[in-house]
Amino acid sequence: MQERLKELQTEALEKISTAADLKELNDIRVSYLGKKGPITEVLKGMGKLSAEERPKMGALANEVRDSIAAGIEEKQKHLEEAAVQEKLAAEKIDVTLPGRPVKTGNHHPLTRIIEEIEDLFIGMGYTVAEGPEVEKDYYNFEALNLPKGHPARDMQDSFYITEEILLRTHTSPVQARTMEKHEGKGPVKIICPGKVYRRDNDDATHSHQFMQIEGLVVDENIRMTDLKGTLEVFAKKMFGEDREIRLRPSFFPFTEPSVEMDISCKICGGKGCSVCKGTGWIEILGAGMVHPNVLEMAGFDSKKYTGFAFGMGPERIAMLKYGVDDIRHFYTNDVRFLKQFSIHE
Amino acid sequence: MFVSYKWLQEYVDLSGVTPVELAEKITKSGIEVEGVEVLNEGIKGVVVGHVLEREQHPNADKLNKCLVDTGTGEPVQIICGAANVDKGQKVAVATVGAVLPGNFKIKRAKLRGEESNGMICSLQELGIESKLIAKEYSEGIYVFPNDVEVGQDAIEQLNRDDQVLELGLTPNRSDCLSMLGVAYEVAAILGREVKLPEPQVETSSEKASDYIDVQVEAKEDNPLYVAKVVKNVIVAPSPVWLQARLMSAGIRPHNNVVDITNYILLEYGQPLHAFDYDRLGSKQILVRKACDGEVIVTLDDAKRELTSDHLLITNGTEPIALAGVMGGANSEVQPDTKNVLIESAYFKGATVRKASKDHGLRSEASARFEKGVDPNRVRAAAERAVQLLAQYAGGEVLEGSVEADALQVEPAVVSVTLEKINRVLGTELSMKEVEDIFARLQFETNTDNDTITVTVPTRRGDITIEEDLIEEVGRLFGYDNLASTLPIGSSTPGHLTQYQNKRRLVRRYLEGAGLFQAVTYSLTNEAKAAQYALEERKPVQLAMPMSEDRSLLRLSIVPQLLEVLKYNSARQIDSLAVYETGAVFLSNGEEELPEEREHLAGAVTGLWHSHPWQGEKKPVDFYAVKGILEGLFDKLGLSDKAEFRQAQKDGMHPGRTAEVLLSGESVGFVGQIHPTVEKELDLKETYAFELSLKAILEEEVSPLQYEAIPRFPSITRDIALVVDKGTAAGALEGIIKEAGGKLLKDVHVFDLYEGERMEPGKKSIAFSLKYFDPERTLTDEDVTKAHDNVLDAVKEKAGAVLRG
Repeated sequence: MQERLKELQTEALEKISTAADLKELNDIRVSYLGKKGPITEVLKGMGKLSAEERPKMGALANEVRDSIAAGIEEKQKHLEEAAVQEKLAAEKIDVTLPGRPVKTGNHHPLTRIIEEIEDLFIGMGYTVAEGPEVEKDYYNFEALNLPKGHPARDMQDSFYITEEILLRTHTSPVQARTMEKHEGKGPVKIICPGKVYRRDNDDATHSHQFMQIEGLVVDENIRMTDLKGTLEVFAKKMFGEDREIRLRPSFFPFTEPSVEMDISCKICGGKGCSVCKGTGWIEILGAGMVHPNVLEMAGFDSKKYTGFAFGMGPERIAMLKYGVDDIRHFYTNDVRFLKQFSIHE
Repeated sequence: MFVSYKWLQEYVDLSGVTPVELAEKITKSGIEVEGVEVLNEGIKGVVVGHVLEREQHPNADKLNKCLVDTGTGEPVQIICGAANVDKGQKVAVATVGAVLPGNFKIKRAKLRGEESNGMICSLQELGIESKLIAKEYSEGIYVFPNDVEVGQDAIEQLNRDDQVLELGLTPNRSDCLSMLGVAYEVAAILGREVKLPEPQVETSSEKASDYIDVQVEAKEDNPLYVAKVVKNVIVAPSPVWLQARLMSAGIRPHNNVVDITNYILLEYGQPLHAFDYDRLGSKQILVRKACDGEVIVTLDDAKRELTSDHLLITNGTEPIALAGVMGGANSEVQPDTKNVLIESAYFKGATVRKASKDHGLRSEASARFEKGVDPNRVRAAAERAVQLLAQYAGGEVLEGSVEADALQVEPAVVSVTLEKINRVLGTELSMKEVEDIFARLQFETNTDNDTITVTVPTRRGDITIEEDLIEEVGRLFGYDNLASTLPIGSSTPGHLTQYQNKRRLVRRYLEGAGLFQAVTYSLTNEAKAAQYALEERKPVQLAMPMSEDRSLLRLSIVPQLLEVLKYNSARQIDSLAVYETGAVFLSNGEEELPEEREHLAGAVTGLWHSHPWQGEKKPVDFYAVKGILEGLFDKLGLSDKAEFRQAQKDGMHPGRTAEVLLSGESVGFVGQIHPTVEKELDLKETYAFELSLKAILEEEVSPLQYEAIPRFPSITRDIALVVDKGTAAGALEGIIKEAGGKLLKDVHVFDLYEGERMEPGKKSIAFSLKYFDPERTLTDEDVTKAHDNVLDAVKEKAGAVLRG
């Protein structure tokens, strides 16, 4: 009997080890461990054994049963794992095929420049002021110290609608309007972006519509050194820490003193090249101390208040910063152009 | 203004300062020097030669064989193609080994069998622009006056060993439209003296006043008129140095009389005019306004019709010059002119500007009058002119001048305190330093404690207020020397307004949804201005448009975006989504500013989604674009207020267009572009929307408030409703929401069936309804009660029956 049990164990374990799949394994389980299986059959002969031998034989039978069950379990685990592996192997894909595209657009390069400048100045305590694109002659010219008959306001240069109404030629009227709203009380600290219009034929460097962004600070004790310091912060942030700036005297009717700001040329590092026309410097913006007439017309006491203002063209900045060679690109909206500005450095 | 470095040296000592250094200094302290031109750049080995012999080239009709002495002791043979070359001339010879502009090297050569050892040069070949070359030499070689020595450097003899600074003058610095003005500026920058010309003239015993009488009727336009008379001039070429100076300043030499007036214009900034005295036709100068319709023939032989805006110089009856702009042909100086009348006058800028503009005549003279000449130089300039006429045209200067003078010249007197100067500039200058700066400018000053009072010379008409003085101090102190500071004082929080913030959010959202931001023109044409407008208005029109295509302000953005799609589609990009935010302009009548309303528009064409290798390819449809807008309203907290209603709109597909409403108010539209328009633009199926961004961003939104996360389960019931084909899903949804009461938390369409298994004229719409009570777990009875309400309502209000 003992031998028979051992024999069954060896036989079963061998069958288990060669079982090819789960079904075969299950058949083995049923045939050896089932109620009608050979072990049960063997145990039926237990009655013939002595009382001493009976428990021994019982223990042996259980041992054989357990070992077969364990063998089956282990094999099952193994087979299952193999099945999973096989399935996964069959599921292999080519990861180099292109992914399902996520549709994205991006903002216009001019918006990018304008928002960058806005954010820089917001960080310095400025708010963003906006105003109408169709303006009164008064705000566009007179309030900015450009009285009627002034040569700088030739009818030929502006798009007039009536004698008193025109498309603004700069964003400066927003400054005049904002100062007026302050009713003679400082501080005023604004940045004004927007579209402006001039009678220019569209070509690589001219556009009848373009953007401007201006800044204005009016308060007691605003000094020209404050203008210089502010512009330095701007230039370094916008064009790189290694850039130098210089202020050159210039002329604008609404500022006195007036300056133009140049930055050192990135291309040649100041030695002179075609981009900077051999000067080593590139003109970026116009600025100055607010003309007392402008302060007074907007209701500020020019004895008490001083201020500075600056203005620049986002197109020019984008052209310099990204090397764009034709201003018309900004307005034709060729998607091959627009797409290039989705990257954030 | 072009400034010859050599010429400038006549007035200011420039030793130790190279032209390039000077340019840098001038730029930094006031006037931008836009370039420095080296006149003899790239020229080497050009000498004065003497043409000893000239004969016809044996083998070429148009060539001359010349024997030229170049001062080496051995005359050389040179072949020359110029028609004007001749025996006895002193000419510029590029010898063998010489280099001419453009790196043109002169070599020994054989021309048609004859040896040529160099080249006889024209001025063009020496780098001078054709338009600056006197007429007699413009077609051939240049011929020196006979007193030039053979073998000398020809470039030096031509006064071309010079550099020219190009000044970019801002409108306020018209004082530097003269060499003297530039001299004052440079002297101030360098801290050196100015040497002024001191004309001394011997006059004849005859008096100018016996020859001419001057009357000015239009005193306001011409407050000062000075006439001088020079007799017996010999009209001839000017001396070489004078011609060279004119050319360096961009003026073409003519003859000594005309050249001298131009020279004075450059030196003093005072335009002069020379009349042929004998051709005046009278002994009188009368300055008056023209009569409407009066005609003058100017010296360019153009007949010009005048109006009463124009100022005329007449001989008492006939016009002889258009004041400050151009002389008349009838009194022009000619080769045989003997006696000359020199006019030096102060004409009002605006008067000259009007005339020069009306007649399209802008000249060096008119430009100076327009900006205002120095009233104190009118007489000095006339004096200097007659001196040069005596010297270089052999003239006999009559005693005195004849004047009409109504000019009152008061120099500006401006005061400023040291405290103000330092406060505005942010400097800590002493009074001594400030006084020094004004002394360098040669401004007279008077100091009283903290106040400095400056008497501004009339040449600097741009200085009228204390800020102008502060600028002079600042720029001569040097902006490089200013410190860099940031404003101090009360702090201001920097921020965007709520509107500006939301606008940025809208942009980022749309970009994330796949749309590119476009920026298009506000000016458009008649056909597009009002197309797709949200409100019917007459577009705002420009008074003087540059072109039809940019003559009106837009009332909508969609037409511009369609143009963008068309542009790209013509370049093989036929799937594209763009949007724009920007103003449209609604007229408020002629006298008022138009209302500017910010709109948001978008346009989408071609494929909305494409993933070819997995067979996914989906053209844009109405619901793709509507979904973008729904998402946008969601983002802005407006989804409960937004509504889409079937609508009709010109240029849009009649069955695929919706009006967009916000709280019941129309704010725009979305839909398919009408197929005929698509065809015209050569676009695939295209969808567009235009909304009032202003209305959307200004719509009130309830403040953000946390809502508890549900703790109890919800129950979902699905129903399929059979309704007439024309019944809108939105209408059914509205009925369901209303009837479902507060337990009904969410309704959405999950199926639409219009297939053949439906009765004709019917369709089936399936809704999923979610019921939920935040306080407890709902029972079946609760839900059934609410759900029955819903079923009754849709049956009653929309004739809907449950699909079996």
